Amino acid sequence: MKISKQEVEHVAKLARLELAEGEKDKLIDQLSNILTYVETLNGLDTKGVEPTSHVLDIKNVVRDDVSAPGLPQEQALANAPEKAAGHYKVPKIIE
Amino acid sequence: MKYEAVIGLEVHAQLQTNSKIFCGCETAFGEEANTRTCPVCIGMPGVLPVLNRKAVEYIIKTGLATHCAITPYSRFARKNYFYPDLPKGYQISQYELPLCEKGYVEILVDGKVKRIGITRIHLEEDAGKNLHTSESGASLVDLNRAGTPLMEIVSEPDIRSADEAAEYLKKLRSILRYIEVSDADMEKGNFRCDCNVSIRPVGAKEYGTRAEVKNVNSFKFVQKALEYEIKRQAQILDEGGRVVQETRLFDSGKGVTFSMRSKEEAHDYRYFPEPDLVPIVTSQETVDAIRKTITELPEAKRERFVKEYGLPEYDADMLTQSRALAAYYEEAAKLSGQPKVISNWMMGELMRLLNAEGKEIEDCPVKPDRLAGMVKMISDGTISTKIAKTVFEEMYGSGKDAETVVKEKGLVQVSDSGEIETIIADVIKANPAQHADYKGGKDKLFGFFVGQVMKASKGKANPDLVNQLLKKKLSE
Repeated sequence: MKISKQEVEHVAKLARLELAEGEKDKLIDQLSNILTYVETLNGLDTKGVEPTSHVLDIKNVVRDDVSAPGLPQEQALANAPEKAAGHYKVPKIIE
Repeated sequence: MKYEAVIGLEVHAQLQTNSKIFCGCETAFGEEANTRTCPVCIGMPGVLPVLNRKAVEYIIKTGLATHCAITPYSRFARKNYFYPDLPKGYQISQYELPLCEKGYVEILVDGKVKRIGITRIHLEEDAGKNLHTSESGASLVDLNRAGTPLMEIVSEPDIRSADEAAEYLKKLRSILRYIEVSDADMEKGNFRCDCNVSIRPVGAKEYGTRAEVKNVNSFKFVQKALEYEIKRQAQILDEGGRVVQETRLFDSGKGVTFSMRSKEEAHDYRYFPEPDLVPIVTSQETVDAIRKTITELPEAKRERFVKEYGLPEYDADMLTQSRALAAYYEEAAKLSGQPKVISNWMMGELMRLLNAEGKEIEDCPVKPDRLAGMVKMISDGTISTKIAKTVFEEMYGSGKDAETVVKEKGLVQVSDSGEIETIIADVIKANPAQHADYKGGKDKLFGFFVGQVMKASKGKANPDLVNQLLKKKLSE
């Protein structure tokens, strides 16, 4: 299955990836190959087979509604490139 | 052209659990920023979410209270997008197989019951909070709210006006509070609403193009935003234009909606099943057990009030808005034995005084037994209904009971015919001209004399007795 340049650009944008023109061509080939490979599955007869969303045969893993202390503020913010007044500081959000 | 609106609402309500949906962090409001987080809710690599049992129970409870079918096999999905308040780069939500589907909520429209369909109710995690500072070029992020359990309740496009939308939201909020799954406090942002609205010529079958108004945060604003939006779309169509499908925001200061102008591309969420969580399988036994925890809901209570107390639908609907209000009513109605009179007092004076102070029934200084006591004093003729208004205000202000107020202020109704006759005689004597005119056929003057007598008695004379005695005396 051939994937278009527009599709590569769209997916890259959604993933916040900046691609050079040469990289786009390379990815068109690579992604197309992957899709073609996966397409072979379409040859199988899956009538009557339930779609799988999880490979483990377990269900209902839950915890009780009990709260516990989390991280101290300094630790929570330790990896933040920038912080201010106990907050993560990010580039201005415009909407 | 005449149009009708087609409205569907998406409500996000925070569940009142102690801990977050996928980790043990406390769900707290108003705490210092970033002090209620852990590696799970701030999206550190290598961590795994574990589902809060209570959150699932609360959603199922909500589903049952809104007549939904509970999905026997449900699962979570990832909704992928980038935003600073979303640490993982995706929100854990539900896509196919939400926990509840196909229910309804009943509202009252022009005194008639109307059903608003519920398409689905699903469970998801809330995002953090962005703070926009005055500092140029920067925003601040607080992740305390990230991972708080939310339910999204999606309605069918069954709503036809801004008023119906407000009714639906009020009913939904009251249900959530009745079953104690959410405090549904709009001011804290625990109950938020997105509105999908389109219009079509009356009688048309197809839907028009819709606009979505995001994140409106009060009942009044929902109503205003919808009214504005309906008018805006009608104007576009009348001028031969086309409504654009887009997301809009409501400016509550100006009372208008405006386009967010965000690129539609941003809404490609690429949902896929969440691999970190296993399916939720709900047995009939679990559903039955949760159903048992639901006490009488607003609509059942409303119907019972109509049947048991002979109230009009409207009164019954108002009085069942909250559990506390309904309980107050029932206690006062039973103690006084006069359910309709109690309803009138509650919907009139009591609500007026509470609303003026922005108070809830829980804070009402006049308790149900006191209101019942006052109503009894009216029915046994101790005070008139007119004076009772003064008495009630005094009771409300001072917290005293009716008997004390009446005694202290000397408000007992005068039902002694001798005393009233004396007043009548004085009034007639003071107004000879009017008396002559009355006798000459000017019947209208009767009202004048009633007024004079009531005034002379400082409103305390028994009105029935005044009428009766005046008729006799004036024609003598």
